Amino acid sequence: MTDRAFAVVRAGALTTVQDRGRFGHAHLGVPRSGALDPYASGLVNRLVGNPVDAAVLETTVNGCAVRPRRAVTVAVGGAPCRVTVDGRPVAWGAAVRVPAGAVLEVGAAVRGLRSYVAFAGGVAAEPVLGSRSTDLLSGLGPAPLTDGAVLPLGPEPSRRAPACDTVPWPGPPGELVLHVRLGPRDDWFTRSALRTFATRAYRVSPASNRIGLRTEGPPLERGVAGELPSEGMVLGAVQVPPDGRPVVFLADHPTTGGYPVVAVVRERDLAAAAQAVPGTPVRFIPIR
Amino acid sequence: MRTLAVGERALLVELDSGEETEAFHAELLRRRAAGALPAVTEIVPAARTVLLDGVEEPGRLAALVSGWEVEPLHARVEPAVEIPVRYDGPDLPDVAALWGVTPEEVARIHSAAGFRVAFCGFAPGFGYLTGLPAAYEVPRRATPRTAVPVGSVAMAGPYTGVYPRASPGGWQLIGTTDAVLWDPAREPAALLSPGTRVRFVPQGVECR
Repeated sequence: MTDRAFAVVRAGALTTVQDRGRFGHAHLGVPRSGALDPYASGLVNRLVGNPVDAAVLETTVNGCAVRPRRAVTVAVGGAPCRVTVDGRPVAWGAAVRVPAGAVLEVGAAVRGLRSYVAFAGGVAAEPVLGSRSTDLLSGLGPAPLTDGAVLPLGPEPSRRAPACDTVPWPGPPGELVLHVRLGPRDDWFTRSALRTFATRAYRVSPASNRIGLRTEGPPLERGVAGELPSEGMVLGAVQVPPDGRPVVFLADHPTTGGYPVVAVVRERDLAAAAQAVPGTPVRFIPIR
Repeated sequence: MRTLAVGERALLVELDSGEETEAFHAELLRRRAAGALPAVTEIVPAARTVLLDGVEEPGRLAALVSGWEVEPLHARVEPAVEIPVRYDGPDLPDVAALWGVTPEEVARIHSAAGFRVAFCGFAPGFGYLTGLPAAYEVPRRATPRTAVPVGSVAMAGPYTGVYPRASPGGWQLIGTTDAVLWDPAREPAALLSPGTRVRFVPQGVECR
């Protein structure tokens, strides 16, 4: 392997490689995958002069640490955290030069859940079906990072990094407001269940992951008994399993499913869902 | 045919039967190949529906497909994919008992049927195959297995499927194949895709 690479010093709870995801293969059962917070991954890429769809690292809760073999420009964004190079604090949300052999430490998220680490040139893991994203549902793409693993980096972009040296970031939500469009299976629920869904407060469950944001709160009662034949599922689908607690499908969601989808979350609201810590209040607001 | 909006960028088309669903899916692929379908990122057929995802104007597309004359499904000309099977699954005796026949008869009946991939899902490369008469439907196992070995040939409801990798599963295991259902390094990665015709070729029957 060339020296355009980095070694994983501390993998963290769950650190994966993510780009914009895998498209066009859902009919074969291949999830879309991709960065859960695409705004944050796009912003850190811009800071190091990458195209917005270059592959980055997505950390979960407690960050990670890596040691590039050659000097490289990086940017850490998404969930705010302490960032150091060989123990010395450096800026979060800005381009930083990491010398060859130095350790870039991405600390635990102070707020939010997922930080993003962009390297100039991008993480150059082997693409699978057109994407470098780790897919945790079906195991496609590079494996989640492990201590000691070495990942390649792409060539530094010839484009100069942008003149701006910081980028705005909305911050993790104190309350997760998810605008939804009802359907396609809202008619499988009682009117009272739909009222509950639209008016009552839910909370983010600790059982949430890249596949789905699980919620705790009042169960939604079905008006139609029986089983729904499996049907195609979209990003943001609010599926209601037999326990009645809504699950919002995130990037690694299965491509088909057999529980009714009461509503679909507006795509631009999903980045906040990626940063909502367990216990965050959730409100579903139907829109027309 | 009924169309249902799914969020802001998708459309679910619901049909009356599995056969109509397959015919509608084939029609979609024909029209897309002919350049007569607006841009769609994903076309996901399922049991009674086809999902069209990544659509600019789902309302307009709904109006468009509702006016289509859908060609009935006709047998494809390309040969069936042959999957060699050892009928040696741990649930073979249970399936035989449900059908009221011997395990050897299960193998004979199953391998005599012409299958077609109705849709894929559950895991990359997993196809839901239809083709057995309705009398041979079997329930899922009451308790799913935590680990089903790769290559297991299994049945549930009206479907037969082959596990492309080891995973948990609740289907009745009737046999085993060495066929590679999914290989991302291969082109195409999936041995089976919606519409593919399939035959199971018996390599022996053995009760475990």
